[in-house]
Amino acid sequence: MTETAPPAARKKKRGSSLPRLAQAGPVSVWMVLFVTIPMLFIIYISFMTRNTFGGIEYKFSLTSYKTLLDAIYFVVIAKSLKVALVTTLLCLLLGYPFAYYIARKPPQVASKLIMLIMIPFWTNSLMRLNAWMLLFQTNGPVNNALLSLGWISQPHKFIYTDWLVMVGLITNMLPFAVLPMYSSIEKLQNSLLEASADLGARPSVTFRKVTLPLTFPGIFSAIILTFIPALGIYTVTDMLGGGKVLYIGNIIKNQFGVIRNWPLGAALSVLLLLITALLIFIYTRFARIEDMEVV
Amino acid sequence: MKSTKSRKLRRQRSSRFWSGFYAVLIYTVFYIPVAVMIAFSFNDAPRNYYWQGFTTRWYAKLFSFANTDLWDALIYSLIIALLATAISVIIGVLGGIGLKKFEFRGKKFINMMIYVPIIVPEIVLAVAMLIIFITIGVKLGMGTILIGHCTFCIPYAVVTIKGRISGDNETLQEASMDLGANRRQTFWRVTVPSIMPGITSAAFLSFTLSIDDVVMSNMLSGATQSTLPVLILSMNRTGLTPDTNALTTVMIALLVIGLLTVNAFQRRRRKKDARLAAEAEMAISSAHGG
Repeated sequence: MTETAPPAARKKKRGSSLPRLAQAGPVSVWMVLFVTIPMLFIIYISFMTRNTFGGIEYKFSLTSYKTLLDAIYFVVIAKSLKVALVTTLLCLLLGYPFAYYIARKPPQVASKLIMLIMIPFWTNSLMRLNAWMLLFQTNGPVNNALLSLGWISQPHKFIYTDWLVMVGLITNMLPFAVLPMYSSIEKLQNSLLEASADLGARPSVTFRKVTLPLTFPGIFSAIILTFIPALGIYTVTDMLGGGKVLYIGNIIKNQFGVIRNWPLGAALSVLLLLITALLIFIYTRFARIEDMEVV
Repeated sequence: MKSTKSRKLRRQRSSRFWSGFYAVLIYTVFYIPVAVMIAFSFNDAPRNYYWQGFTTRWYAKLFSFANTDLWDALIYSLIIALLATAISVIIGVLGGIGLKKFEFRGKKFINMMIYVPIIVPEIVLAVAMLIIFITIGVKLGMGTILIGHCTFCIPYAVVTIKGRISGDNETLQEASMDLGANRRQTFWRVTVPSIMPGITSAAFLSFTLSIDDVVMSNMLSGATQSTLPVLILSMNRTGLTPDTNALTTVMIALLVIGLLTVNAFQRRRRKKDARLAAEAEMAISSAHGG
């Protein structure tokens, strides 16, 4: 996606402003109305006070941010960060060799293999999560298999644990790690790898010194596209954690449901926004955000 | 000499085997939940717990339309997904072209805003919209869900379209204008056909994102009708019923059949195009020769 239009061609377009308004107008208005304004408003709300009925009193306070430092919330935030981090690392470790395998295939085969990744993900994600639950439940197939193999003496409790939530997260996020890494590995030129080998580098050295640095933008896109959703998702914990495993996403959702503490939910959302902004800031140090492979 | 070569070959072959084996393993992990989900649509038990035996009665129950909750939710989801796709594709295509072609003040800001719904956790955007809607007194329901879905579908549509527009499009458009076509003719006859693959994938992406969405639909639906994923999420507490599995199986089957049909059509058309191109080339070269 390089800017190919020469400046002269661009200047010529500055004629009537009607097509400009008709084409760029709707998307600009939509983004300002439904992205910018809500984002600013949620930051504003996070500094307000919760009144006794769970409504909002428009009075400045830092209460919600102080609450985040309370032991219970702090533990949840730390655990969410840890789980998201482990999920991301495992997605990278599992996904990179897989992406590499597909990217080294001829293009027609590779596009079929990519299709084969997408198909299972058109099945409702909650139904797929439910399937993991059925497999790992106390008297389920996995436990029965382990029992009959004699590896365990009594059924192991997998369900409602952080462990199973992580299985759900990894299996749901892996394609989002694989696709950006695949497209950056695919762009890697064979001649570079051959040159490195000809100059006497062992395969492991070529990988470390050539392949890895050149595919780093893909890797970092993968980090962003797995870490941030893993941090905010609440459906996986709802389906596999049975409401017993709480992450940031669940806590935010609860503040807008039964508990009704909007400023606290807003403050948690702002925390997620800050983490996101930090990662994006790092990303823009070495790549353009437009080049991030999101689709 | 010969032995080292054969050893190298053997090592290459074994590494190829193991990388293939690894890929199959990953694919297995991707397909296991789908297989289990389909298997349980044939399970002879009233709830998804243990395997009790084979039956097709859940499909019979599904198509007796007795479970109106399920069908209402599906129809609601389909209506929302179709509307969200239509709105997102129109705004996304126009926006993709406009943001690529024109320079205007604030363009950088809008380009940045487009990435916000793609990157920021969905719950944050959903909650932010919920607060606004409640504060200004908008009634929650289909309209608010639709706005929510469009807000994350439009960016994907814009990004897909922008990726499709290259320098060629500009040249083509200029050629069209030079040949006397007006702006509207150029848009419909040149610009739109040249980015048609992008439009198709934007539509497909918007539809699949909308129909599978839980977070936005859950936060912005209020106490009104649930979409299918929201219904599934709430059913999960009491155990999912196998007719839900049956419905999901039918949906994935239709999707795969649709995909294969489109693929077959495209292949046939490509073949025909290639044949026509070859014939044209032959005609041209023979004309030159003669």
